Amino acid sequence: MKPAPFGYVRAGSLDEALAALAEGGEDAKPIAGGQSLVPALNLRLVRPTLLVDLNHAGLDGIAANGTLTVGATTRQAALVGDERVHPLVREALPFVGHFVTRNRGTVGGSIAHADGAAELPLCLVALGGKVVVDGPSGRRVIAADEFFMTHFTTTLGTGELVVETVWPLAATGESSAFEELALRAGDFAQSMVAVVLRRDADGKVVDASVAVGAVSDHPIRLREVETLLVGTSGAEAAADAGSLAATLVDPPGSIHASARYSRALTGALTTRAIERAA
Amino acid sequence: MTEVELTVNGRVVRETVEPRLLLTDFLRHRLGLTGTHVGCEHGVCGACTVLLDGVSVRGCCLLAIQADGSRVETVESLAESGPLTELQESFRRHHALQCGFCTPGILMAATDLLSRGRPTRAEIADMLSGHLCRCTGYTPIVDAIEACVDRDGGA
Repeated sequence: MKPAPFGYVRAGSLDEALAALAEGGEDAKPIAGGQSLVPALNLRLVRPTLLVDLNHAGLDGIAANGTLTVGATTRQAALVGDERVHPLVREALPFVGHFVTRNRGTVGGSIAHADGAAELPLCLVALGGKVVVDGPSGRRVIAADEFFMTHFTTTLGTGELVVETVWPLAATGESSAFEELALRAGDFAQSMVAVVLRRDADGKVVDASVAVGAVSDHPIRLREVETLLVGTSGAEAAADAGSLAATLVDPPGSIHASARYSRALTGALTTRAIERAA
Repeated sequence: MTEVELTVNGRVVRETVEPRLLLTDFLRHRLGLTGTHVGCEHGVCGACTVLLDGVSVRGCCLLAIQADGSRVETVESLAESGPLTELQESFRRHHALQCGFCTPGILMAATDLLSRGRPTRAEIADMLSGHLCRCTGYTPIVDAIEACVDRDGGA
């Protein structure tokens, strides 16, 4: 068998899941869609002593009420074609794994897994969304840009679970664009950029969000680029914004792309995203 | 060890499993359903794709214990011992397979995709991006699936 041995609990509710995680201690892990966790188990990169299955804990579902609240175990595929989902996320969804993995992979799982090259964490940061967690010390709400810390690491404490993510709805006067380059469709991104622009009646940018992923250990907002865009038409500043973005990221480089290439790529994708959102 | 009960290709099966047993190994080694192929075993190649309650999933990224109470369909469910399905026949007609290693997974994902409506050529290609084929160059596979899109009706 591929994975090392572990115990298994199918939680029938959130309370059951939290109790099982508390009992399992440090080496217990929740499993939702398992599209990242099971590969890691198969490769024995992780060896939890207990898996707590959240798929029957009643944590799925989408509700719109000023914002879009997405239950942790809502499948990524459930967002595809849902008109209430922010256009930025709808544009990014085809880049999230593949058709078959989106059927099983969950929104909350992607957020909690916190892969630095994952699209949904980047979108949540770009949109200023929130992560709702529950655990031994009760329920708390964490702003997306305070949730992700580094590779596969979030501010979740031991025994805590992501129960919901909260996504802003599209607003009037707002436009967005998502850009990504990967070697193959569905593969991990080499760089990706999410841009959200809000304009006044004269077409001037009054508020900008520019976030990049895959070129740092977690998704980051490029505040200096955002400042540069405010007061412009967006398009007129796209080239300068891209050049600036390239200087603000510090990717490590890989066998597929040198650090220099990744910086230039991030600049190009930033320019392209701003032009399309403009 | 835990007892699981699931319906595989219409047949109710009851087996005792270790939690770490993958659905693919359960299907192949316990039930002898070797039509479900095992390639990368980490969700990349798509060869192990089966239907779980009618939805295509990676068999290698699912534990058998998680399928307890569910309905699983493998490539063996398509034609059983009768004539090939329209999709399988289309694969043959379009030369959409050569060695056949990737074919079971693609057939199951395409069955799911076609059941949802009328996918465009681009949507078929997007689905195929999750399946590695080293023989065909993919174009014949897109042709074969596209030929099965119901042009007149809905899903």
